[in-house]
Amino acid sequence: MGFVILFVIIAIFAPWLAPQDPVETSWSAIRKSPSAAHWFGTDELGRDVLSRVMWGARASLLAGLVSVSISMALGVPIGLLAGYVGGWTDGIISRLTDSALALPFLILAIALAAFLGPSLMNAMIAIGVSATPIFIRLTRAQVLAVKVEDFVEAARAVGNPHWRIALRHVLPNVLPPLIVQSTLAIAAAIIAEASLSFLGLGQQPPAPSWGSMLNTAKNYVDNAPWMAIWPGLSIFLLVLSFNLVGDGLRDALDPRHK
Amino acid sequence: MLTYFLKRLAAVIPTVFFVTVMIFCLQQLLPGDPAVILAGEDQDQNTVAYLRQKMHLDEPLPVRYGYWISGVMRGDFGDSLRIQQPVRQLIQDKLPVTLELAALAMMIALLIGIPAGIVSAVAKDSAWDYLANIFALWGLSTPNFWLGILMILLFSVSLGWLPASGYVSPSEDLKANLLSMIMPAFVLGNAIAAVLMRHTRSAMLQVLNTDYVRTARAKGLKENKVVLKHALRNAIMPIITLGALEFGTLLSGAVLTEQVFSIPGFGKLIVDAVFNRDYAVVQGVVLFTSTIYIVLNLLADMAYFLVNPRLRG
Repeated sequence: MGFVILFVIIAIFAPWLAPQDPVETSWSAIRKSPSAAHWFGTDELGRDVLSRVMWGARASLLAGLVSVSISMALGVPIGLLAGYVGGWTDGIISRLTDSALALPFLILAIALAAFLGPSLMNAMIAIGVSATPIFIRLTRAQVLAVKVEDFVEAARAVGNPHWRIALRHVLPNVLPPLIVQSTLAIAAAIIAEASLSFLGLGQQPPAPSWGSMLNTAKNYVDNAPWMAIWPGLSIFLLVLSFNLVGDGLRDALDPRHK
Repeated sequence: MLTYFLKRLAAVIPTVFFVTVMIFCLQQLLPGDPAVILAGEDQDQNTVAYLRQKMHLDEPLPVRYGYWISGVMRGDFGDSLRIQQPVRQLIQDKLPVTLELAALAMMIALLIGIPAGIVSAVAKDSAWDYLANIFALWGLSTPNFWLGILMILLFSVSLGWLPASGYVSPSEDLKANLLSMIMPAFVLGNAIAAVLMRHTRSAMLQVLNTDYVRTARAKGLKENKVVLKHALRNAIMPIITLGALEFGTLLSGAVLTEQVFSIPGFGKLIVDAVFNRDYAVVQGVVLFTSTIYIVLNLLADMAYFLVNPRLRG
């Protein structure tokens, strides 16, 4: 959790914390190894790697949060509808969800990002849409379990309308596993954004993103390895932190996982 | 048993149908008129009109889907605009490279993931268990393209043991082929090993607490026999099923690995197609990968049914 907070602080305060402008080039400082002037070294255009890593945290965290928000905004209502209404509605939504889950996540995200055009926003939309079926399936499964509970029967017996039962009685009770899943999905979305940026389909240069920094760094791995080490380490630490938070939340909310 | 297989097969049909609809709709997201794009810079009106007619662009959407899907069912995924070759041919050429990479990656994942999971479950809460869990977290949190760069840095740049990139066909030189594939295979298999390790641990922990394992121990059997013969045999099936499903994931993971190590496979084909705006190739590759994924899912389900006597009832 500490690392997540640290990265959030870095992302928010990057303009004040970063020692230099992340896009400012310097022909006299090309591929300089880490030093007092440039703690993480410089890249192929003489830009400060530490400053780019700090600004890159913005793109990664934004991608994680926005993508998962898109997935939840689409997936939770559809899953709630399928699980609560049942019948043909559920049948059609479930078949569509199965089909969407058959499309490999990264391939679908690449295809969507390619069709929408390369940019951070389109990458976030592509990742969000690609991850939506997971939230539909999870919400539906939880709703199916909750809607037969006594308190839902009671709410129905006192004459509550269906929309009220679904939103006020069922939805709050299916949220805990969705929160766990969203934390893990943020970790997956951060890797997916880095992957798309690595392929040139996410954040566009010269704006900094960890994935695009690694894409450039792979060409200089023999004479400027620091260009690859810091952005990769940042992705690893941030994703690890979200995975640990997700695991911790799951253990706390579901004792069977302990 | 036949009824189950038929039912399972029947359930696949709507899934495949919706997949084809989704992939067809993806192409409709494209900005601009495909006939104008295909006609090139001169954009001669007659050429554009001819292409529109040839590509059935004047027809309603469902009719165009009908033309497209009937071609797909005959194995015709269309032609690549850039390379001027049938997409089917391109897939046939690139698939063996990716399949070799995925098979080696799966072998590495099984060799690491299952033993690590067994040790972790048997020695629960020991140093080995913590070590295996740290390995799993590392595998799940490391972007494989970064791991690839780190491995190139260590094994190619610093030690000079392995080639940094490139691909040699096994029919040309088997040793050179294995040397060029070992790093990409490890990079690709790393995350799957972590997933397999976690599932093996969880399945083994469940089985190790069952009555028949306690009975086996009470009979005085050696611990390794109890673990390997009685516990693992019963825990292995869900793990193998998961392995089959993860094989589909490997195909998409290969996109990044092939990019890092410049391997001319399936993944590189889709990335090159994306940048060349060669949408027929993108569509063909997505459809092909999804179909493989669905078939693997089906086979895994059937295998699970076949070996599980309780399901056969």
